[in-house]
Amino acid sequence: MPNSGHIKVPIGPQHPALKEPESFLLTLDGEKIIHMGVRLGYNHRGIEKACEARSYIQCIYLIERVCGICSHSHSTAFVQAVEEVAGLELPRRALYIRTLIGELERIHSHLLWLGVAGHEIGFDTLLMYTWRDREVVMDLLASLTGNRVNYGLNTIGGVRRDVSEEQKQEILKAIDILEERTKYYVTVATEEITLIQRLSGVGVVSHDDAVRLAAVGPTARASSVERDVRRDDPYAAYGELDFKVVTSDHNDVYGRTLVRVGELMESFSLVRQVVKNMPDGPVTIKAPRKIPAGEALSRYEAPRGEDVHYVRGNGSEKPERVKVRAPTLANVQAVAHMLKDRYLADMAIVVAAIDPCFSCTDRLISVAGAGGRDIMTWDQVRAHGIEWYRRSGVDFTELNRTFSTGEAK
Amino acid sequence: MSEEETAQTLLQDQFPFLAGKISIQRARRIWAEVPAESVRQVFDFAVDRLKFNQLCTITGLDEGENLAVIYHLAREIGATLNLHTVVPKANPVLYTVSDRFPAADCYERELVDLLGFKVEGLPPGHRYPLPDNWPAGQFPLRKDWDAAILEGIPDKESDNA
Repeated sequence: MPNSGHIKVPIGPQHPALKEPESFLLTLDGEKIIHMGVRLGYNHRGIEKACEARSYIQCIYLIERVCGICSHSHSTAFVQAVEEVAGLELPRRALYIRTLIGELERIHSHLLWLGVAGHEIGFDTLLMYTWRDREVVMDLLASLTGNRVNYGLNTIGGVRRDVSEEQKQEILKAIDILEERTKYYVTVATEEITLIQRLSGVGVVSHDDAVRLAAVGPTARASSVERDVRRDDPYAAYGELDFKVVTSDHNDVYGRTLVRVGELMESFSLVRQVVKNMPDGPVTIKAPRKIPAGEALSRYEAPRGEDVHYVRGNGSEKPERVKVRAPTLANVQAVAHMLKDRYLADMAIVVAAIDPCFSCTDRLISVAGAGGRDIMTWDQVRAHGIEWYRRSGVDFTELNRTFSTGEAK
Repeated sequence: MSEEETAQTLLQDQFPFLAGKISIQRARRIWAEVPAESVRQVFDFAVDRLKFNQLCTITGLDEGENLAVIYHLAREIGATLNLHTVVPKANPVLYTVSDRFPAADCYERELVDLLGFKVEGLPPGHRYPLPDNWPAGQFPLRKDWDAAILEGIPDKESDNA
């Protein structure tokens, strides 16, 4: 652009500030962003088309891999649609177990976000704390489902694993620890002056703009848009549970932090209600292999906002059409709006504040060592890590001990 | 009268041609068959007057001779209204709703890329979600599309100028 002094800065598709490929072309006037172009699609894997060539059961596992964090969200949204087309009435216990895993997933996702947000503003202590605490819920999910992510819990007609009485006690114990820690994060979020000042007034989107741009999830709720599919269009067991939709009128990244921390506290309450009220009975009913012709729309409040799935059956064992809309796609327009006339330095935290998805972890880790490649179980990896750090002079033994007994303050 | 029946009645009163075309699948799920030439009027009426003011997404479908779209609209509390409309595959023209819902921009670009719709009024911008070197005239979500077409096309996206 002649004589204006405007420069264009491409960020992405591969960039250290982004956790997954997407491309932003920023036009800058000095430090100020005057225009942002967004290019998406680098992660498009053709899952919708692939579903049309697979059986419904195979589709569950494919759909679960739409996202590494909200995997239960996507598989639940999908099976709900299929069950509606097939006219299945689910056992209540199955609905409660789906809700349980859904809320545990929200807890792990929000703790993860809190850490990422801390990292993006140079507050890495918060990242270390939250990700350590997140291990409590990850271990719980692994114990309940067999996996840290991609739980493989859902099937058409119910869930594939029951929850035992011992596991219920394990859940309650873990929730107590997590609640204690989250209370500390509430204190950090409401009293830590550097965090408040760094996040306030950054990434602003007004209530009306959030509605017009169709923002979803915590991004919308932090602009006083009181929408939550769990309450507005209840699914699974949410119609029988008591919770409040957390909103904030800060309209900025700080508000999004308060909403997520508040939602963590609501999730602990929801998990306790689910454990307390879980009805007895079977966890699955037999579903037909061939799903009749018909269509259904399924909505699910994932940690990042509303997941929308549409399924059309044609009477065969493969779906005619599967459509998935993940929340980030709905929030992208809001990001472009938030960054207009703002500083380049705010870009990383503003993009991170809608919590775009990125992938997670493996269960078995292969370590190249002196004796060739060994396969290690998760416990062995953990012991190996602790020992490795201890040898290099970093010893968390005492901290881990107080933490695992719930004495950490 | 339930929320869904009220919405059904109001739609039929305003648009008599919708009589018999609206079905209530269950609580909070309303489906309507809308002729293509009237879809924008029905859409605007639903958004402005019936307060279905959230666009969840737009689903595109290959229905053989025709292509179809479903606009999934939701109320803040409660029901969704799903407007299904068909256009001939030979000339699949839609008019954008991105003037009402900026987020529709992505949804409509998906219709263009994956199913070969022509969306009039869509503001200029990057294609989505397919790469820039995708062969012209290939619409992967069409039922007759074959992935074999991709053989021989290099994986790497050409550098953008």
